[in-house]
Amino acid sequence: MDQPLYQFLIIPAVKIVAILAVLLLVVAYLTFFERKVLAYLQVRLGPNRVGPKGWLQPIADAFKLLVKEDLIPSKAERFVFLLAPCLIIVPALLVWSVIPFTGETTVFGLLSEPIPAYLTDINIGILFVLGVSSVGVFGIILGGWASNSKFSLMGGLRSAAQMVSYEVPMGFAVVSVLLMAGSLSLVRIVEVQREAHMWFFLPGILALGIYFICGVAETNRNPFDLPEAESELVAGFHTEYSGMKFALFFLAEYANMLVIGSLVAVLFFGGWLRPFPNVEFLAFLDVIPPFFWFASKVGVVIFIYMWFRGTFPRYRFDQLMAVGWKWLLPLSLANVAVIALGILVKNHLLKG
Amino acid sequence: MKNVATVNVDRGPIPWTERIYLGPIVRGLGVTLRHFLRNVFGKRDVATIEWPEVKRQYSERLRGRHILTTKDDGSLRCVACYMCETACPANCITIVAEEDPEAPVEWEKRPLLYEIDLLRCVFCGFCVDACPKEAIIMSRQHEMAFSERSEAVVGIEELRQKGPIEDEDLGYRPYF
Repeated sequence: MDQPLYQFLIIPAVKIVAILAVLLLVVAYLTFFERKVLAYLQVRLGPNRVGPKGWLQPIADAFKLLVKEDLIPSKAERFVFLLAPCLIIVPALLVWSVIPFTGETTVFGLLSEPIPAYLTDINIGILFVLGVSSVGVFGIILGGWASNSKFSLMGGLRSAAQMVSYEVPMGFAVVSVLLMAGSLSLVRIVEVQREAHMWFFLPGILALGIYFICGVAETNRNPFDLPEAESELVAGFHTEYSGMKFALFFLAEYANMLVIGSLVAVLFFGGWLRPFPNVEFLAFLDVIPPFFWFASKVGVVIFIYMWFRGTFPRYRFDQLMAVGWKWLLPLSLANVAVIALGILVKNHLLKG
Repeated sequence: MKNVATVNVDRGPIPWTERIYLGPIVRGLGVTLRHFLRNVFGKRDVATIEWPEVKRQYSERLRGRHILTTKDDGSLRCVACYMCETACPANCITIVAEEDPEAPVEWEKRPLLYEIDLLRCVFCGFCVDACPKEAIIMSRQHEMAFSERSEAVVGIEELRQKGPIEDEDLGYRPYF
């Protein structure tokens, strides 16, 4: 197992295939769950005809999008039009290489020695995530511009402005977590939460709120979904896309939602740790695999995404920018200052 | 306009605790969560009617597919007076009259050809209102899907009442 062939080729290849397969399946079924959850929130049933209770609906949707005619508008910039979906799906999938799903695991005792269940843990984990997910903005701008359509162009520009302006408070909210954790590596952040006997959402409750709201704005979800709202701009920047390219935009949006959910779980709620990880009294809960805790935390965040979508009206674009720059940015700066002050007091003044 | 009495309805500036809107946001979230939990875990109370297993009940005034009524001996009540064809706003009724050889004093004609183009029909019920003999009424059958346009032009044999009048799913008709 220590030979370079295993270490650098086979094990990562198996992990990549596993992560991608699970991710694509989860994203496809997220579309189904979104429709069902939104429906029950709105006092109606969701899709319940295709397959038993509607569970084959994503398969039918995927098949439909695969065989749909792939149109390219005649005056569109051909190369950029084809490039834009790639630019948006690749960062959304690439980010999953550093997100820790569980700690060391032996895959239910199948392996002789424990291996980490995430693909890799680089020491600038969170910076990598923030940087790579910013590349997704390229896909949106280029997709909106290359469609050669006024609706798409407006949608793409608005979306780009929104995403860029909400990344600043998001970064500051993450900085306040980094101050508490002392490291950029995502695995280290989870371990600090175990050692400190406290998950970071308690002192960082404001950071959690700011991070989640910015996350909703980053993924163009309600109430910040003006760029892709059906009643405002037809479909915004992906109006002219059909078939598999449209499916890639859609999958990228859901993959980004999952990334934000995973980061909320890792940064604020202790990743794969069970509740009260150091209390011996609850050690009987250790029989539950840690991935279950991670998945349930991400699941709660995804439910909150859908809950917001079913509840709120949409922000107008100037209101949206006002919220980002005039409210969230000063709040996040104040949050960083308060948390830094708190750490100073805790480390230097209370210890002796 | 100088001495007009006015009432000041100005409510003053909105306090900042209301402007951040956090209270109504939480209440709204509570409403939708209550809907969600009740429909998933409690009594399912959705507004969806799961067609075709469950169908909506319509009133007896629904204007559905037409029925040409018959007398007790099985012949049509219609006397081909052309009132329904004239009243129809969509011009979907086509009648060709002929002399009725068994006619008593009360009438002279009967329809040789009576066709309604169901794709042109707007189901307004004017033909039922216009008919002096209660010869055309409407049922509550509204699910009519055709594969070809020619199937939509129905004649006497498809329109006439089949069996006793009480057995039909009766809709819009006079003096019910």
